[in-house]
Amino acid sequence: MTALLELEDVEARYGPVHVLHGISLAVEEGSVVAVLGPNGAGKTTTLRAVSGTVRRSGRITFAGRPLGRLGPHRVARLGVAHVPEGRGTFSELTVWENLRLGAYTRRGSIQPELERVFTYFPWLSERRKQQAGTLSGGEQQMLALARAFVHRPRLLLLDEPSLGLAPVLVAELFRIVRELNEDEGLTVLVVEQNAHLALQAAEAGYVLEAGRVALAGTSDELRADDSVRRSYLGY
Amino acid sequence: MASTATSRLGGLRSRGAALGGVVPPVSLLLLAGAAGLFVGSLRSSVFAQLTVQGLALGAVYGSLALALVLVYRATHVINFAQGELAMATTYVAYQLIKWGLSYWEAFFATLTIAFVLGTVLELALVRPVQHRSVIAAVIVTVGLFILLDGVVNWIWGGDFKFMPSPFGTRVYHVGNVSISRLYPGMFVVVIVSVLLVWALFRFTKLGLGMRAAALRPAESALVGVRVDWMLAVGWGLAAVLGAVAGLMAEPSQFFLEPTLMQPILVYAFAAAVLGGLESPTGAVVSGLAIGVSLNLVVQYVPAITSELQTPVAFAVLVGVLLVKPSGLFGHREVRRV
Amino acid sequence: MRARVPALVSLAAVAAVLCVLPFTLSDYNVSLAARVGIFFVAVLGLDILTGYTGQISIGHGAFMAIGGYSTAILSRDHNTNLVLTMLAAFALCFLVGLLVGLPALRLSGVYLALATFALAVSVPALPLQWSRFLGGRDGVQTSTTVGDVWLYGAAWSASAILFVLAWLVLRGRIGRAFRAVRDSEIAAVASGVELPVYKTLAFGISAAYAGVAGSLFVLATNGFAAPDEFGIALSLQILIGAAVAGLGSLWGVLAGAAFVGLLPSVSSSVPVIGSQHGQDVVFGAAVILVMLLLPGGFAGLLAQLRRLKRA
Repeated sequence: MTALLELEDVEARYGPVHVLHGISLAVEEGSVVAVLGPNGAGKTTTLRAVSGTVRRSGRITFAGRPLGRLGPHRVARLGVAHVPEGRGTFSELTVWENLRLGAYTRRGSIQPELERVFTYFPWLSERRKQQAGTLSGGEQQMLALARAFVHRPRLLLLDEPSLGLAPVLVAELFRIVRELNEDEGLTVLVVEQNAHLALQAAEAGYVLEAGRVALAGTSDELRADDSVRRSYLGY
Repeated sequence: MASTATSRLGGLRSRGAALGGVVPPVSLLLLAGAAGLFVGSLRSSVFAQLTVQGLALGAVYGSLALALVLVYRATHVINFAQGELAMATTYVAYQLIKWGLSYWEAFFATLTIAFVLGTVLELALVRPVQHRSVIAAVIVTVGLFILLDGVVNWIWGGDFKFMPSPFGTRVYHVGNVSISRLYPGMFVVVIVSVLLVWALFRFTKLGLGMRAAALRPAESALVGVRVDWMLAVGWGLAAVLGAVAGLMAEPSQFFLEPTLMQPILVYAFAAAVLGGLESPTGAVVSGLAIGVSLNLVVQYVPAITSELQTPVAFAVLVGVLLVKPSGLFGHREVRRV
Repeated sequence: MRARVPALVSLAAVAAVLCVLPFTLSDYNVSLAARVGIFFVAVLGLDILTGYTGQISIGHGAFMAIGGYSTAILSRDHNTNLVLTMLAAFALCFLVGLLVGLPALRLSGVYLALATFALAVSVPALPLQWSRFLGGRDGVQTSTTVGDVWLYGAAWSASAILFVLAWLVLRGRIGRAFRAVRDSEIAAVASGVELPVYKTLAFGISAAYAGVAGSLFVLATNGFAAPDEFGIALSLQILIGAAVAGLGSLWGVLAGAAFVGLLPSVSSSVPVIGSQHGQDVVFGAAVILVMLLLPGGFAGLLAQLRRLKRA
């Protein structure tokens, strides 16, 4: 079975600075895959390469279709939802408007999508008119996730969801991600500093170092690996 | 459960924010001003006439100011040519009428042409430079100002042209006050146009996309918004608002000539800045305030002659800016280091 | 971006050409060349402000007005030597510039630009109000007028002197502070640069230059200072000149001054274009074209060429 997302020798740069030096990875449909590694390894850039937010070369195939040089709005229309670092919330707009934007590419009524979103995030329904910027960090992260879900994507790119959140909220967040994966069949590629949580939620993972894939395997394999344990799991 | 705990906290926070930040002293000042106008109009017919006239002119300033704000919010460019564009589209209407269209047929045809012209200008003149240098884009609009002025003079000449008045010459009599049908007509047409544009932004998906693209282009692209088209549509709508301003300004000047919009642009700039360049409401409200204030001040404060009108208006503007550097309705820009 | 000071050789060449020019050109062309000199001074002034401290002003026509009216009034009332009036204009406008620079500290970017726009619109209206002293709509006339060659000499001598002055100021401590402010205000403050002092100083210097340009401008229009001459159009012309010049290059300033000073007159002499309005069409189109092709102005083009040469 071909993977939903495949990267082959992908390189990316910001102006003259090369950040990715040939990343190859695959994400099977219906799975949750983690991307780990130290700061500056290129984890965020990898997600950006997929969503088309950064200049990249190499082969990226999504659902059998090569992404080539497609820009972010085209990639989004193909069914990829990217929740960037810092959540990408439209702080000046209301919660409802944020959700509405999530479903921007969908035609017609989005009521069914909203209903489903509210089953996962019931409190959002009461806060529709609240300005998104006045939500707490954890709530904004949930909103970002909800916004991505309203899009009904096939692939969710999640960048550092735990950043700045209290542990209780992070656990809650990953629980919801797993639920979305299991119940809705959402494929997830998550970049996470918190390796422990990431490997718990994911089936497989890639460890990046200095713009290259240093290690790959199932969560169990990675957890058992000595270098991973020492550098990222702390024991 | 964790989520209900956070939601309760969040609810409290939002209520606090609503009370604290949203009713600034400026709104109270405006309410007081409006009350003053109402009372004054009841007591003096001259006052009432000046107020109505001022509101009509102010609506025109506000409409052009709104156009400036739209363009600025979308592309961060001050469009120096907004007034000349409005003037040029008014000449287009003049020509259409000469060719046989009725006034209102020409009106709506002109609005359509203005929209197309606005989007084309954004695509051709602004997009190529805007991301490289905003200043260069602004200078392009200055060049456009000069170009349009030249083109209009070249095609139609600088002499006075007569356009039929859309509102006839009837005069309303309310008590002691006689007001030409022109002024309420101007006011209504402009305000309706402004409200329609507002409704577009507030209630439609396109409008939401445009707002999002102006606020956060990168995040908008991630949800599938075609940011570049949104910016072009923004310019198109701004051109439409400008066309309305020009078409409504013309009858108040009695004839059409190329310098029609130049003084109006000056006041529109003042209104846009006074309102805070990012605030559409601010622009329109400031425009109305400037229109009314200038009319009344010139009449009732003898020291301020009509020559001093503009310098005084600007002195006030600069004064306001020094106290509130981002305009009356603007937000303080937080510099992230 | 360091100011690229043309090598001494090229400077000498330019100086030589300038000395010889009046003898080879017709009177009309000499007056055109003088115009370029006047714009050179004004654009240089604006370039110092924007290029070096990043503050945008669309109000330099106002400073030119003040300088021009100073010359006219001093000449009319006291028969002062014209060169002395230019010095007076320099000093007066320097002070006015400092005064404007102070409140300008509170404003930034677009708001500053629009506030200076307010200045440009308001100052020329003042003579209409105080017409007894300032001549009203009819303007103020100097007691003596000058010929084209005198004007040419004055304009380019002033350009030379002010250019050298700018160079001396900008290469030293003040220049470094200016550049620091432009590149990053936050970093500048962190390094101990007293922002308010340098930003205000830049305004003063810039206004002083515009003042001298204004004096020359009045002398160029037969010694006649009138409100209409100093409208917003003039401020926009200087702004265009500075934009075409680009930042940080003296050759750029020359190019910008030539663009604004020559293009309108040159295009009007072409038969098809002729009239005032054709001139505007051409000038407007030229401005658009230049900014689309060279967003960094002439200075940007030179920088690109230099990079190509190196590669």
